[in-house]
Amino acid sequence: MPPDSMLICAESVSREYRLGEAVIHAVNAVSLTVEKGEFLALLGSSGSGKSTLLSMMAGLDRPTSGAIRVQERNLAELEADELARYRRDTVGMVFQSFNLLPRMTLEENVELPLRLAEVDRHDRQSRVGEALERVGLGARRRHRPSELSGGEQQRGALARALVNRPAILFADEPTGNLDSVNGEQILLLLRNIQVSLGMTIIMVTHERPLAEKFANRIALLSDGRLVSDGVQR
Amino acid sequence: MKTRDLSELAVRNLREAVLRNSLTTLGVAVGVASLVAMLSLGVGLQTLASQRLTRSGLFDAVFVTSQRNFRGPRPPQPSDASTKKDSRILDEDARQQLSKLSNVTEVYPQIRFITEVRYAGKSESTSVLGLPDSSRSSGSFDGMTGSFFSSPTADEAILQIEFAKVLSDQPASLVGKDLTLRYAERAALSKDADDDALLDSMMGSGKPGGISIVPREKTLRIVGVIDSDPSAGIGGFGGARVYLPLKTAEQLHVAQPDDLQPFLSGNSTKPSYMALTVRVHSPRNVPQVEAAIRQLGFATFSLLDATKNLRLVFTVFDLFLGLFGSLALSVASLGIINTLVMAILERRREIGILKALGATDRDVGSLFFAEAGVMGLFGGFLGVALGWLIGSALTWGTTIYLHRQNLPGVKISYVPWWLALSAILFAILVSLVAGLYPAVRAARLNPVDALRYE
Repeated sequence: MPPDSMLICAESVSREYRLGEAVIHAVNAVSLTVEKGEFLALLGSSGSGKSTLLSMMAGLDRPTSGAIRVQERNLAELEADELARYRRDTVGMVFQSFNLLPRMTLEENVELPLRLAEVDRHDRQSRVGEALERVGLGARRRHRPSELSGGEQQRGALARALVNRPAILFADEPTGNLDSVNGEQILLLLRNIQVSLGMTIIMVTHERPLAEKFANRIALLSDGRLVSDGVQR
Repeated sequence: MKTRDLSELAVRNLREAVLRNSLTTLGVAVGVASLVAMLSLGVGLQTLASQRLTRSGLFDAVFVTSQRNFRGPRPPQPSDASTKKDSRILDEDARQQLSKLSNVTEVYPQIRFITEVRYAGKSESTSVLGLPDSSRSSGSFDGMTGSFFSSPTADEAILQIEFAKVLSDQPASLVGKDLTLRYAERAALSKDADDDALLDSMMGSGKPGGISIVPREKTLRIVGVIDSDPSAGIGGFGGARVYLPLKTAEQLHVAQPDDLQPFLSGNSTKPSYMALTVRVHSPRNVPQVEAAIRQLGFATFSLLDATKNLRLVFTVFDLFLGLFGSLALSVASLGIINTLVMAILERRREIGILKALGATDRDVGSLFFAEAGVMGLFGGFLGVALGWLIGSALTWGTTIYLHRQNLPGVKISYVPWWLALSAILFAILVSLVAGLYPAVRAARLNPVDALRYE
């Protein structure tokens, strides 16, 4: 039985892909635990398996073997609809390429998870406003993504990830498409959210300096294996 | 996701690729329009035929004869002991009794006789027919020169054009002129003792009474000249050349071929009819009224079977028109499939984002399904409007053609509310079926693969 402080427990998780005759081990027997309120950086070079591991912990993908337990549920055994509900209610996601829907305004993008969660229409407006204010985009709510800078788009994506008040925030290379100033601003924002809301954040990055500056803990992956796992400070 | 949110997102998505989605919706609309236009043509022609036949008076009429004298064209009815016993003479009492039956609107005799017509020094023999006032609305007199009788008892006549040509080189000029009928009037023989004795001795019987035939003349104003022979057929008005109001014809007491029968049966004071026409509210009432009349001891005949066959023909006609119309809609449904499959390819990443945000397979599938339904809904409405326009254009073109042929215009296309509603529902149904495959395909997309898609 994992201790109460433990939120995610990956047990010997593997993910294989088949390309014709070849079998690619994207993630190979990784075991990892994440505690509540932790800011974990999954560090590694391109193809190290960090994004695949993040996808499995976020419920977007399933491990070929092993188990990922989140709040006493093994994600590998959940039905597709249960996994969708996990993503909707427990998880928030931020991507490298922002992934805001271009035809929607910023507030409509942020409202999308609330529509999926069938939140009352009246409550939505206040929650959207609250999320946008938190990331400093209250004045840009009617703008479309194309009218926003990269940093603003990523902050908008962060507001969308936060609007359903998730327990865990997954960020896949959130600074990958940003300049260093905007990248630092985003990570500062993540750090503030972690501290103020007590949220658990798991971030994939290949930028060691940023990981060392903002994360509590760094797990290093190489060729699908966890090669080091250490607390920063 | 709630239905309202689903609909909003579906409409929003459709607005994004407005040209492609509009063209697909237009494809559905054209399919629905062809279906509606074809079926409206079928419905219109059926309505037109039904109206014409109903107005002709052939299908809402029962022709009644006495079982004693004339059985009409129908095969002899079962002549059991009771019907033989109850068979009755078709006299004024019987006419009154028939007019009191439920759903009966009118009972009138067929008064037809040969007479001599005098006009401008000419004398011609021809047949005369009494017309009930209800024949005014039969459609047979639409477009004739002049007008229908001013009243049911007017001393007026309508001439059939062939006969009018005999009387004048310019038939239309006869309207407003007077002609004289010379006919044989039937009257009861006066009760003179000497006459009775004479008749008794002639007939060799002790039965009193008799009829006399007296030549009479009647002047009538010509009010119309009709090109066609108004509604021929059993009990119809065909065959005659001069038409009078029925009541006017009755008041003439013209000797009829069957006047001899009551005279021979010793009941010469009560005139009888050879046949009566019983008009009912609707063709639906014909079987019930026919049965009631037979119960009274008379023979009946109606053309109801012909209407049944007509309905069968139109049902098959509608079926074929509907099939051809549906073909166009089937082609349109392929357009929907194509549009939505293209949309899946274009919106693959969006599907991945939706799934990452917590959308279930069902949410994603429903969204594509709703988009197909919205296209069907708009296509259905647009198609009904387009179909109605096509039908109206057909009616307009036909009317112009008929007017050029000096014929009255007709409405050949008709879109009843049930056709419009069914077409819209059918369009939505076809669109939803077409959207099924793309919806399932979108729902099954792996979110990781979809998010990777550029």
